[in-house]
Amino acid sequence: MTDFYVLIEFLLLGLLASGISALMALSFVLVYKGTHVVNFAAGEVMMLGAYLYYTAAVVLKLPPAAALLLALAGIALASAAIEALVLRPLAGQPTIAILMATIGMASLLHGGVEIIWGQDPLETPALLPRFPVNWGEVMIPGAAIGNFVLASLLIAALVVFFRFSRAGIAMRATASDPVTAATLGIDIRASQRMTWVLAGVTGTVAGALIVSSGSVSPALASSALGVFAVVILGGLDSVAGAILASLVVGVLESLTVGYIGGKMRDVFPYLVVLAMLIVRPYGLLGTREIERL
Amino acid sequence: MRTGVFFENYHGEEQLWDSRTAKVWMAIFVGAVATLPWWGSDYMVAMACIVGIHLIATMGLNITTGSAGLISLSQAAFMGVGCYAVSWFARWGLPFWLALPLAGTLAAAIGMLVGLPSLRVKGMYFAIATLAAHFVLSFLFREWTPVTGGPRGVTVPPANFFGIELAGDRRMFYPIFACALLLGLAAANIGRSYVGRAFVAVRDRDISAEILGVNLLRYKVLAFMLGAFYAGIAGGLLGYFYGAITSEYFTFSLSVFYVAAIIVGGLGRVLGSVLGAVFMTFVPESLRLLSSALSGSVPALASLLLPMGQVVFGALIIAFLIFEPHGLAQVWARVRRTFHLWPFRT
Amino acid sequence: MNAPAAALGLSVRDIAVSFGGIHALRGVTMTAPAGKITAVIGPNGAGKTSLFNTISGFYRPDAGRVILGGTDITSTPVHARAGMGLARTFQNVALFRGLSVLENIKLGGHHLMRAHPLAAMFGAASSRREELALRAEVEDRVIDFLELDNVRHKPVEALSYGLQKRVELARGLAMRPSVLLLDEPVAGMNREETEDMARFILDVQEEWGVTVVLVEHDMGMVMDISHHVAVLNFGELIAQGTPAQVGRDPEVVKAYLGGEAQAVAA
Repeated sequence: MTDFYVLIEFLLLGLLASGISALMALSFVLVYKGTHVVNFAAGEVMMLGAYLYYTAAVVLKLPPAAALLLALAGIALASAAIEALVLRPLAGQPTIAILMATIGMASLLHGGVEIIWGQDPLETPALLPRFPVNWGEVMIPGAAIGNFVLASLLIAALVVFFRFSRAGIAMRATASDPVTAATLGIDIRASQRMTWVLAGVTGTVAGALIVSSGSVSPALASSALGVFAVVILGGLDSVAGAILASLVVGVLESLTVGYIGGKMRDVFPYLVVLAMLIVRPYGLLGTREIERL
Repeated sequence: MRTGVFFENYHGEEQLWDSRTAKVWMAIFVGAVATLPWWGSDYMVAMACIVGIHLIATMGLNITTGSAGLISLSQAAFMGVGCYAVSWFARWGLPFWLALPLAGTLAAAIGMLVGLPSLRVKGMYFAIATLAAHFVLSFLFREWTPVTGGPRGVTVPPANFFGIELAGDRRMFYPIFACALLLGLAAANIGRSYVGRAFVAVRDRDISAEILGVNLLRYKVLAFMLGAFYAGIAGGLLGYFYGAITSEYFTFSLSVFYVAAIIVGGLGRVLGSVLGAVFMTFVPESLRLLSSALSGSVPALASLLLPMGQVVFGALIIAFLIFEPHGLAQVWARVRRTFHLWPFRT
Repeated sequence: MNAPAAALGLSVRDIAVSFGGIHALRGVTMTAPAGKITAVIGPNGAGKTSLFNTISGFYRPDAGRVILGGTDITSTPVHARAGMGLARTFQNVALFRGLSVLENIKLGGHHLMRAHPLAAMFGAASSRREELALRAEVEDRVIDFLELDNVRHKPVEALSYGLQKRVELARGLAMRPSVLLLDEPVAGMNREETEDMARFILDVQEEWGVTVVLVEHDMGMVMDISHHVAVLNFGELIAQGTPAQVGRDPEVVKAYLGGEAQAVAA
């Protein structure tokens, strides 16, 4: 019977962890959907956000919620700056140039963070209260549930924002057809900048949630590479796909680690990516890119 | 003083170097580099070896990504394949001149596998596939202990060239230099042949290329295999050069390094590869020299070297992309044009 | 350019192509007679480019056959059709921006190259000889013929639209085609450029015996230079014959009125 409970535990842990990875994936998908850029610096932006949260909470000694808000404000500024100083000047350049630009950004941010805060892990206060939850024979860390709930709320808020608010609809229009959007009077520059800001904010919440169960360190950025598996599985431009895929990947990863071994965690996301790209490149819910002959 | 470059037959126009002046300068340059072990310091020779290895990998990537437009983030992994391959071939007693090309061929075979998805996916999606392939290969390097020695790595017996043991920097310089020269000429030859043209066609507009008779799968895989072959050779030379290697060398950062080198240098051109490889090798090196020079007065600087390097790298890449997207090769061409007709203005 | 002694004709039989619920082509049967100029005309959206894409091999027809000079090429892969004598230009100029005019044209000769890629890598004499022979052929037969000598080393992006279209034609000619598909060769050109292009197309057909099939909206040019005209409307062939016959056909006149009402001069 314990085997069954072990399975349930792994399943639940996977599901709950998927909340955060969904936020990360969403940050990625927002940028791709809005500007057609694959943001290799997503992990580093998240890391910067987490460090800002640390600074606000520990150095400035603000209560966790206020610290988070300050961090979000900081990241919003940083994301807007990135979009204005790096992405905009490169608009129209070939794919490889944009790719390298985001990789360069990642490098710059990583080095910058390490210089300012050092490379040792720094303890961060929890955003949400920690308590283990016992459900019969199954034990789940309460933080996991809290993270999932917070992540779900934020995702729901974003979905509502995109569906119903003026700014959200404007952003979707810009993403779909910038030229037409411009002729309709939508400020496409502002829309694209907003896209990056929202992506940064989403990533920062994910980052803050991750570090609140322990400490923040530069290694946080590389843990974000797993997001590729999620977005490729779900579809680079699909919000629903990102959510669905993060659930699937979360559960699969948890099961793999539980039953096969911790080492597989490193390589698992990449195997998923390769398999998907061969079988169904545009993901479960992504739109197929069609070339005009 | 020349007023221009003129030819009387097509043969002249199709040469690699278009004037006697260019040929003379090239010969002087090659001669100077070839004799480096005699007149250069230990440091210079060692650096030249490193640059040579980086150059070979960069030239390969410039064929795959620069000419054919297939973005590859796995060049470092292919180098790893070549390196582990020579460690095995050398231990089995295969001579240097056989082990190295075989290692390259093995890397090319792996390259063929990684390149196959190129018919399913293009552009950014393909780049992500190569990223995934890199990490899968890295994982194998770290974990497949019987073959790769796991985290402890492998040793490579010194290269044996017809009885002469090539141990030490000054001796290894020659095979590295020779390989770089030969592979550079090969890359230039490809560039001016129908194969190179087909690569550029595949990069610019693969649908048109197909109409013209270019078999897309064949050429995409060929471009990938060539790039991997070069990386395998570079990795093999690396193994002989260091004598021992661990999986920690072949990181994603190294793959990114090579992509940066071709962007900084100039896509699709051998000259671009040369300029890019040299530049990218010397930037961290100069930082290191600078920091050790300053570390007397500011001791904290030494520990900041790595992150400083990352910041400088990131800033450089972005600066080049914004201000000089065609790379140093373009800058070189501009300078050369100014001097071509000096003191007349162009 | 050595076109085969007896130029090959092109025909399609009962071609049906659909995307989802949209029928781009329905039961289209037409023939482009060997060594002559055939024009395919019709209002926008009639399926002309779809027909070309089917002949090129990008669309697999749901039904029907494509026959090139007696050989059924319906299931031949796209890149293999070049070797069978089929060449094509595109509606939007599809030149390779990273290459000069000369290099673009040389690419037309790609399917004729026999040297092994490795031989090219080592700069083997056989490969260099083949390359120089291609150069000579392209220069003498194509560049001279289409009067492109003074721009041949320029990057293609630096050329005017009219010249770019001419380079595309040149590239098609370098393929030594027996059948040449031209998709709107004079679109966007002024009077002078149109006349130049028309003259070149006539020369190609007369001197080299190439079977030319062109899609065009410029009725004046179509009526002047074609020997045979096929009219498409809503994916179906509504008329086929000489320019005069087609111009008088009431179905054709009806199809054009209400759309781009260009007077179909008899």
